Amino acid sequence: MERLLEIKNLKTSFFTHVGEVKAVRGVSFHLDKGEALGIVGESGSGKSITMMSVMRLLADNGKIVDGEIWFNGRDLVKLSENEMQKIRGNEIGMIFQDPMTSLNPVLTIGDQLTEPLLKHKKMPKDKAIERAIEMLRLVGIPSPEKRIKQYPHEFSGGMRQRVMIAMALINEPKLLIADEPTTALDVTIQAQILELMKELKQKINTSIILITHDLGVVADVCNRINVMYGGLIVETGRTTDIFYNPKHPYTWGRLRSVPNPKTLVKERLKPIDGQPPDLLKPPAGCPFAPRCDYAMRVCMTHMPPLFEVGEQHKAACWLNHPDAPKVEAPVGRRHV
Amino acid sequence: MLNYIIKRLVASIVTLWVIATATFFLMHAIPGGPFDTEKPLPPQIKANLEEKFGLNKPLSEQYMMYMKNLLKGDLGPSLKYEGRTVNDIIAYSFPTSAKLGIVTVICSLLLGTYLGVTAALNQGKWQDQLVMVIATLGVTVPSFVLATFLIYVFAVKLSLLPAIGFEGPEYYVMPVMALGGYSLSFIARLTRSSLLDVIRQDYIRTAKAKGLSRNTVIYKHALRNALIPIVTYLGPLTAGILTGSFVIEKIFGIPGLGREFVTGIYNRDYSMIMGLTVFDSFLLITFNFIVDILYAIIDPRIKLEA
Repeated sequence: MERLLEIKNLKTSFFTHVGEVKAVRGVSFHLDKGEALGIVGESGSGKSITMMSVMRLLADNGKIVDGEIWFNGRDLVKLSENEMQKIRGNEIGMIFQDPMTSLNPVLTIGDQLTEPLLKHKKMPKDKAIERAIEMLRLVGIPSPEKRIKQYPHEFSGGMRQRVMIAMALINEPKLLIADEPTTALDVTIQAQILELMKELKQKINTSIILITHDLGVVADVCNRINVMYGGLIVETGRTTDIFYNPKHPYTWGRLRSVPNPKTLVKERLKPIDGQPPDLLKPPAGCPFAPRCDYAMRVCMTHMPPLFEVGEQHKAACWLNHPDAPKVEAPVGRRHV
Repeated sequence: MLNYIIKRLVASIVTLWVIATATFFLMHAIPGGPFDTEKPLPPQIKANLEEKFGLNKPLSEQYMMYMKNLLKGDLGPSLKYEGRTVNDIIAYSFPTSAKLGIVTVICSLLLGTYLGVTAALNQGKWQDQLVMVIATLGVTVPSFVLATFLIYVFAVKLSLLPAIGFEGPEYYVMPVMALGGYSLSFIARLTRSSLLDVIRQDYIRTAKAKGLSRNTVIYKHALRNALIPIVTYLGPLTAGILTGSFVIEKIFGIPGLGREFVTGIYNRDYSMIMGLTVFDSFLLITFNFIVDILYAIIDPRIKLEA
C-alpha cells in the first residue's frame, strides 16, 4: 500500500514561563492510503498535539523541536505558512471535539461551508453553494437548501458535527483528522457520526486519523491503533492485536476501564490509579512505570524501546524483553 | 421586530418624561433664578419679566405648561438670550458640535480598533506595549491638558494648525485629537481584550484548519465576534460626543452646544437647561436604540423580542 503520512521522531514542546513542556517526545508512525488509524490516550498524552503538529496549528508558544512529517512526498515541518495554508482544508481536513463551539456563531453555515471551496478551488460563489448543498445532503442534513442560510445556533450538536464533517471533507482531502469527534455528543448520536465517517471514508476515498480517549470508538472505525502515554507511543498494532493481545500494561489498564457487555460476569471497572507524568520534567524511564502494577527496577531508569511483538505489533514495555519474567495479561484473550 | 420597535418607542417616551420631570423640579430647587444678577434688578422690572415668562405662577402650573409645549416640540424662549428660542439655539449650535463629534467618533473608532487589533495580534511584543502605553495615557490625561499641549506644540511652536475657530478641515485636527483621545484609548483597550478572548475560541481554530489566511481569520472570523463590546460602548459615546464638550469648545473657541449647556446652568436659564437635557437624553436614547439594532445585525443569536 502507498504511504500517505509518515511521521519520524516528532518532538513538540510548549515553552511556558515555568519551562519547556515536552508534550510529544519522539513519536514515529505511518498511515497508508485508505487506512483508518486510531490514536488513543488520555488527556495530556500528546495525541492531539501530535496531530496539531501535522496541521502546524500549534499555539504560539508551541514548537516542533525535532522530527519529520512526510505527507504525500513533502516534509510538512519545512513548509512555509503560506504553503501550509494550501494544505489545510484542502489536502488535510480536520474536525474537532466540540461542535457547539467549533462553528463561528456570526456566520451562516453556507458562508462557512463554502470557504474552503472559494479559497482552494477558486470556485465561483454559486457553484460553491451548489456543492455545499450537495455536501450537506451527503452528511444527512435534511432540506439543505434551507439550512445553508441558517446560523450554527439553529442546529443541534449532532447536526453541527455533521456540518463540521461536511466542511472538512468538502474538498475531498486525502486525509481527515478527527480529534475526539464524538466526545461531546450523546451516545446515540456518537454512533451515527461514526457510521457517517465510515461511510464517507469509502465514498470520498480519504484516510482517517481518529484521535480519541474512547477505545470503543476506535474499535469500530480503525484498522490500526496507536496507544499514546506521556508524549510517546507505548503500543501500536492492528485493532485486533490491541484488543485481543495487548502487550503493554497501560493498554491493559485502558481495556479494563471499558465495560464489556460480552463477559456477562458482573465485574467492577478498574481505574488506573495515580497521575500522568509531569512533562515539564519527563521521567528517565518508562512514563507509565509509577502507575504500573508490573513495574520493575529497570522501568524507572531506562526507557523501553518499542519491542516487536508481532507482525505490525509493537509495545514499549520491558516485559516484552526476552529476559523479562512472563506475566499473564489480565485482559485480552479471555474477553474473546 | 415591529413589536419590539413599538415597545422601545413607548419605553423611550416614558424615560424622556421621567428625565424631564426630574430635571424640572431639581432645577427649580436650586436657589436663585434667571433674573438674579450681581446688581439686583428693580423689583418692578423683575416682576414684569417673571410675569412675561410665567415664572410667577405656581410650580405645578409652570410644569404643566412646559410639558404641553414640549409635546409640541417647543422648548420655549431662552430666558437670557433675548428674542431667541431654545430650538433656535440648538439648531444653530448643534450642527457644529455634531460635525466635530462625528469626525471624532469615526476617527477614534477606526484608529482605536486598528490599534487594538495590532496589540492583540502582537500580544506581549513591542507593538502591544506601545499601544497599551498610548491607551493608558489617553485614558488618564484629561482632555484640557491634551488640548493645551496640542496648542502649544502645533499652534505655538510649529505654527502648523490654527489654535482657535472652526472654519475648515485644519480646524478639526486638534479638537478631534483632544476630544477623541479618551474614546480612542478606550476602544483600543476594549478591542484588544475582546479580540484576545475571541482568537482563543474553537471556531478560530476551525477557520485556520480550513487553510484561510491570517487576515481572513482575523477580519472575517474574529473581529466581528470581538466587535460586540465595542458597539455597546459606541452608543453612549456617540451621544456624549455629538452634544459637544464644554472644555474643548471653550479652549478652541468652537461655537458648539457643549458650552451652551454649562452657561445655561449658571445663568439659571430654565428653558435652556430643560431643552438641552431633553435633547441630550433624546440623543442618548436614540443611539442606544441603534446599538441594540446593530447587535442583532452583528450577532444572529441576539433576537429582538418584544
